[in-house]
Amino acid sequence: MTGNNFWQVLASRFLQGLLVVFLVVTAVFFVSRVTRDPIAYLADIQSTEAEIDALRERFGLNDPLYVQYGNFLINTAQLDMGRSLLNGRPALTEVTARVVKTLQLGAGSLLFALLLGLLTGVIASLRRGRLMDWLARLLAVIGQAVPDFWLGLMLIFLFAVELRWLPTGGSGSLKHMIMPMITMGTFTAAALMRLTRSGMIDALGSDFVRTARAKGLSERAVVLRHALRHALLPVVTILGLQAGRLIAGTLVVETVFAWPGIGRLTINSINGGDFPVTQTAIMLIACSIVLANIVVDISYRLVDPRIRAGAA
Amino acid sequence: MSMQIRHDVGLPALETASPRRRRNWKRRALLLPSVLVVTLFLVAAIFADLLSPYDPLEIVLPDRLIPPVFSGGTWDHPLGTDQLGRDILARTMHGARISLMVVVIAVPAAAAVGTLVGLTAGWRLGWADRVLMRLVDMQLAFPALLFAVLVAAVWGPSLRNVILIITLWTWSGYARLVRGDVLSLREREFVLAARAIGARDRRVLARHVLPNLLNVVVILMTMEVATVILFEAGLSFLNVGVEAGSSSWGIMISEGRNFMPIASWLIWIPGIAIVLVSLTAMMMGDWVRDALDPQLRNLR
Repeated sequence: MTGNNFWQVLASRFLQGLLVVFLVVTAVFFVSRVTRDPIAYLADIQSTEAEIDALRERFGLNDPLYVQYGNFLINTAQLDMGRSLLNGRPALTEVTARVVKTLQLGAGSLLFALLLGLLTGVIASLRRGRLMDWLARLLAVIGQAVPDFWLGLMLIFLFAVELRWLPTGGSGSLKHMIMPMITMGTFTAAALMRLTRSGMIDALGSDFVRTARAKGLSERAVVLRHALRHALLPVVTILGLQAGRLIAGTLVVETVFAWPGIGRLTINSINGGDFPVTQTAIMLIACSIVLANIVVDISYRLVDPRIRAGAA
Repeated sequence: MSMQIRHDVGLPALETASPRRRRNWKRRALLLPSVLVVTLFLVAAIFADLLSPYDPLEIVLPDRLIPPVFSGGTWDHPLGTDQLGRDILARTMHGARISLMVVVIAVPAAAAVGTLVGLTAGWRLGWADRVLMRLVDMQLAFPALLFAVLVAAVWGPSLRNVILIITLWTWSGYARLVRGDVLSLREREFVLAARAIGARDRRVLARHVLPNLLNVVVILMTMEVATVILFEAGLSFLNVGVEAGSSSWGIMISEGRNFMPIASWLIWIPGIAIVLVSLTAMMMGDWVRDALDPQLRNLR
């Protein structure tokens, strides 16, 4: 970080993020317009030439591409994302209605990953070289090698088909969330466990932990307040990078478990040629990833007093 | 600047204390199974058409849903058949071929593109650096899977598109890594010396900078193999990967999904294939890193 004023840094990160979102949206616009004719999805097989022309006129598809792009940008800036071609509802409401579902799932899986990853990471570091450590590391390696869609299907096979404890898919109750949450969070949990473990081992051997012990703090205080805090720094970074992975996970997990979130909406809208919805959904996704990275930058300062002091 | 420690590879946090002998023992215990998996994978992939007992796409409806030999089947179909009577062993072998093709093309391609971008950005600096690094950011903000679905919707799923998507998705990692290294290499004495005696940029890069980047790039390449295999399977599972009806492991799982209650081997077998191969690739990636990076080796 080069700027020394916190707000300056924040503002510049924000502008950069805006630029990234703009580039992503532009890419999506051109890929979805140039490469195919949306009219194929709008018109009936029986539509006459005149009807097709009327449709083109209505959706502005007769204008040259740069005019379409200009209009698109102006409308986007005013948050007018157009209407869904399938049901005529505003694309933005269509997308935001689904966002809540995805956020529920995302928050749940993040919580699962954090709890499992930090807990096993800390335990493994305290029991270093023993059975618990070995087990935790084995699980972490396997957790990163198992594809999420397969893990999801295996969970369905075990808990829904064989044991009949949980529903196979859909949403509505907490029970519906258990398997999607585990499926989505496992990879992140494994990554967090490895990071936490190595960070904790690093911290436990450092001078500041020795100092903390020397001044007679309880072991619990040493581990939780001194060592863990040090180990959390790389964890925060990885969490930011995991935002993109979680979104990708959303697409898979929502497909496997028929979860009505933004991932399934996006895939369906792409397959159905509903480009206003596609553009809106992808823009929202890009925004959330950029935002996640900015939040990571800020939380650095909260977690690490050294950076905070340096910034003041 | 010149003495900067690399943060990107991640130093092994006090892994030092672990006794060397035990480490070697563990490694030796894992070596044989790993070599076995890799050999099996390569042989199956390369000689799939010669070795496999059946055509992987041949539909024989009377023979459908025969279980594998270990759960009541016969040796005619050692791993059983699917809902259309296709032989699972043959399909799994051809699936290995698809995975191998994707790895062999996409990994070097991404490494080449990423290295070139990272080299340009780190060497030129200025606006080139800013533009290229924004591209990297953009790639990070745009989930590859979404892009894949978009591409599949526009051009239809195909092996070529999968390779293209995976390349586009993975190049940025190399770019970041290489740029970071170039930033510190360009300040080193031997590079300054080469420039001082009047060597042209191209010569300095080819003779002094690039050879020093090789290790890092190779390390990342081996570590990316598992990622690429998992990614191909995921794309194919979502029907946005290779052509529908072909024998990618992801497609086998996606097709077998609906038969899970009565024929669970349809998803067990390709799933285990994916897990075994990616697990082995990950482990080998770690070994290559330990072997190639003297900084890490000395620490151990």
